[in-house]
Amino acid sequence: MKKKIILTEDEIKHIARLANLPLTQEEINKFQEQLSEVVDYINKLNKINTDKVEPIAQLTDLVKVYKKDIQSSERSLTQEEASKNAKAKKNGFIKTKSIFNL
Amino acid sequence: MNKPKSYIGLEVHVELMTKSKMFCQCSANYFAKEPNSQVCPVCLGLPGALPVPNKKAVEWTVLIGKALNCKINNVSKFDRKHYFYPDLPKGYQISQYDEPIANNGWLKVKSQKSKVKSSNNETMKQSNNEKLFRIRRVHLEEDTGKLLHVGQETLVDFNRSGVPLVEIVTEPDFDNADDVKFFLEELHVIIRYLGVSNADMEKGSMRIEPNISVVSSQLSVVSKKSKTEKLKTEIRLPNYKVEVKNINSFRFVKQAIEYEVERQIELLGKGKTPLQETRGFDEKKGVTYSQRSKEEAHDYRYFPEPDIPPMTFAKKYIASINIPELPQQKLKRYIKDFKIKESDAFTLTRELGMTKSFEEIMMHPEIRKLEITAQEVVNLLLNKFRNQLSTDKTAEKLIEEIAAVKKLKVDIANSFNEAELNNSITLIIKKNIVAVNDYKKGKLNAVMFLVGAVMRELKGKADPIIVKKKLIEKLSI
Amino acid sequence: MEIYYLTIKEAIGGLKKKSFSALELTKACLQRIKLIDKKLFAFLTIDESRAIEKAKEADRLIRKSTEAFRTKPLLGIPIGLKDLFTTKDLRTTAGAKIIKDYIPPFDATVVRKLKEAGAIILGKTNEDAWGHGSSGENSDYGPTRNPYNLDRVPGGSSSGSGAALASGECLMATGTDTGSSVRLPAAFCNLVGLKPTYGRVSRYGIIAMASSFDTIGHITRTVYDNALALEVTAGNDPYDATSSSIPVLNYASFLEKKIKSLKIGFPKEYLVEGIDKSVEENFYDTIKIFEKLGAKLKKVSLPHTEYAMACYYILVPSEVSSNLARFDGIRYGGERNLFGAEAKRRIMLGTYTLSAGYYDAYYLKAAKVRRLIKQDFERAFAEVDVMIAPSSPSIPFKIGEKIDNPLQMYLSDVFMCPVNVAGVPALNIPSGFIEGLPVGIQIIGPHFKEELLYQVGSAFEQETKFYQIKPEI
Repeated sequence: MKKKIILTEDEIKHIARLANLPLTQEEINKFQEQLSEVVDYINKLNKINTDKVEPIAQLTDLVKVYKKDIQSSERSLTQEEASKNAKAKKNGFIKTKSIFNL
Repeated sequence: MNKPKSYIGLEVHVELMTKSKMFCQCSANYFAKEPNSQVCPVCLGLPGALPVPNKKAVEWTVLIGKALNCKINNVSKFDRKHYFYPDLPKGYQISQYDEPIANNGWLKVKSQKSKVKSSNNETMKQSNNEKLFRIRRVHLEEDTGKLLHVGQETLVDFNRSGVPLVEIVTEPDFDNADDVKFFLEELHVIIRYLGVSNADMEKGSMRIEPNISVVSSQLSVVSKKSKTEKLKTEIRLPNYKVEVKNINSFRFVKQAIEYEVERQIELLGKGKTPLQETRGFDEKKGVTYSQRSKEEAHDYRYFPEPDIPPMTFAKKYIASINIPELPQQKLKRYIKDFKIKESDAFTLTRELGMTKSFEEIMMHPEIRKLEITAQEVVNLLLNKFRNQLSTDKTAEKLIEEIAAVKKLKVDIANSFNEAELNNSITLIIKKNIVAVNDYKKGKLNAVMFLVGAVMRELKGKADPIIVKKKLIEKLSI
Repeated sequence: MEIYYLTIKEAIGGLKKKSFSALELTKACLQRIKLIDKKLFAFLTIDESRAIEKAKEADRLIRKSTEAFRTKPLLGIPIGLKDLFTTKDLRTTAGAKIIKDYIPPFDATVVRKLKEAGAIILGKTNEDAWGHGSSGENSDYGPTRNPYNLDRVPGGSSSGSGAALASGECLMATGTDTGSSVRLPAAFCNLVGLKPTYGRVSRYGIIAMASSFDTIGHITRTVYDNALALEVTAGNDPYDATSSSIPVLNYASFLEKKIKSLKIGFPKEYLVEGIDKSVEENFYDTIKIFEKLGAKLKKVSLPHTEYAMACYYILVPSEVSSNLARFDGIRYGGERNLFGAEAKRRIMLGTYTLSAGYYDAYYLKAAKVRRLIKQDFERAFAEVDVMIAPSSPSIPFKIGEKIDNPLQMYLSDVFMCPVNVAGVPALNIPSGFIEGLPVGIQIIGPHFKEELLYQVGSAFEQETKFYQIKPEI
């Protein structure tokens, strides 16, 4: 079976960076192959002429759906509920790996 | 030697003081609250949560757009802007990309360093030393949470996550830091007049990020005169711009820009090209510094927010959004109607509260009675303002104060017009022998009659206490 | 017959007549789970003590008055919830290891509605992680098995819901359908599965897969049960800006309507190479039955069908990559490298199709093609009242048969996903057995016309009664 490799390894690495997904070399190789195959398939859309077609962003015909500017506690979470599922917390804050803006 | 030219643009973020957040019902007033105490599944970015936009926030964005002379678009929508950062719970910010609520506006501000001669009135709408700065767009988005760096730890508080934020972007029309400062100060006052935000840089409800590109001038301006005789200026913008972040006051904005312009001039002088980057501002040292974050340009992968249907704005709706009288209009009106000094009118109009006091006082009948002038009212209010005293009193109370101040003034005037006062006293004593004799006979109250006579004689421009004192002195001789 | 195999209608009848109590019914299901779930692996989390507590509460209400069923139409009915449904204080994993310990602090709107209707939540059912899959094999916890044949897949992604219901572990199970995920397990497990119109049922609190495709559906034994459940779940939700305000009908009342003279179309593009011969034959038999019932059958055309998959596999991964960005391990869950292979694949693909330089060629292009596909359906519905099609090109396949080739797996959605692209509703109805394995057909209708699907489905169901055939486990 002819395997078309459309995406380069660098492209895969770039996508993984954008997606914040740490990948092993094995995964990079595997995705390069699999994604190339899928991309080859989805390229078939090039066959259709859509010059005069408006893209559809919303399936519903709804417009102007808003909420009133009213403060309400009906969905409020307590500090405890908010941090309940966090791996690390401190004094009500949620803790994360150190970020330094150099 | 070619003079370098600066292209400075601004990105301003204004936090709206709505009651609730942009996409949920949590309170938008997060200042000094316990961490993570004003959150819900939506602003915490829990799986399954969905956003529903705040109607007032949208309305206020239209209001800001109108106040900045923008076109309000008929159709607008939200988009997702993707990047990873601990204070961004969904991994994307709901913002606006290609269909903002407002765009193509402008703001005219007086410039101290005007470089365009106004003798040729065919140039851009300018008068005196006023400059016009173009607003590229005004859009609506949500704020992120806050990070706190403590030692080796980074702590996150999501109370601010989801607060409505209006982003105002200008064209790179500025060429010096002073203009930027005037512009920002004017913008700050306008926002406060609209009542949509406190626009306080120290509290973070107004944030500024200037972007600066300096080029050696031979690259910059190509002027053409077209058939319609309008001077058409084609500007080839440089292909690099430096964004400066972390600036906490208008004063620092000026400082940061001045430093950065110098830095780029120096680089250009050495034959180097400034790097396109984001720099931080160190307020202690007064310098901008490189932020060694990823050099890769952000790929935000914008796409239309599928969870929120588009917004439409009918002409009728747009027309119904009323802009109150804005500072520049008020200033002109004050000068025209009240004949006060321009510089005073300017200071007065910086604070909506003061203008309200001023206008209330000026409408009060006592003003005419006491013959208090507009300038005197202004003097009182500005005096309090400069000494950071509250003007938060009733019109009556303030009028009383003015009256009191006037007497003080008269007093001060008196020390130069002592002669006038002494003459007046002499005259009154001569004319009112009966009262004088009464007083000398021991009817001490008679002096009050004489005080009144002197006051009438001087048309109230004296301090009755001092008049009484002097009369008693004279009569005691 | 065991009470765990009753339909909801029958169960409510029994509860009203006091033939058994809600507690007995719930306990029967819990017992059933204890007995067979180790073979099926349909449930990920069982909420036994709370279920029993709620069943007792239901009994108290029923003892007071059977009028309670008026305001609580699912009172005492034990159900399973797909693990994409956020449940307060009950572990919710989405079938994924990365959030294996996530305990939500809130209920999804649909969960709240089901609870208010008196349903007893037995637990959370297994699924392809995040909804990514059509067989159940992409669950990070291991695949669920088809009760009709344990070597075979039950269909996905609501695999656990299909298997649990078919095997008598509950009386109803919920699911989501983004590309096939309610209809396929319903087809492979001899059940009735509804994919509602996009926007008919609130998505608030359902872990998002593809925001403009996700629909919140449910699987039941009969059409009546299904209609009853939709009356509970459907409706506008102020927490979901894409939810519709179109009135919720008394769907169950449409079942008695005959389908004589109703125009039923079948898309000619769906009868293509790649369908199993036996599935094709089953479909033609189905057509004959509808003709016998008096409906008018007609070939219609959905000309852009061949592009639907490509359109789907650009837009869905794009939205998936975005919706999974919130899993950064800070407020909940583990590190992103814990995502399963399929999730990573879709995140990568979606990031690519949205990235600078590719957005126009992929996302924007697909969004345009989407409009064309939607228009195909709208045009077809100007000619016919509903359409029918096979739910799958194959019979339930063996576990492991397709998993190594993602593209092959994607292609098994070929009849299903155009429906999601267009946002129209569709209902799977059992259409028979091939080699002892269930197959189904889907009835597709115009936007917000679920009542038509029920009308047609009910007529077919009453004629064929396939729901009577229970699996032998």
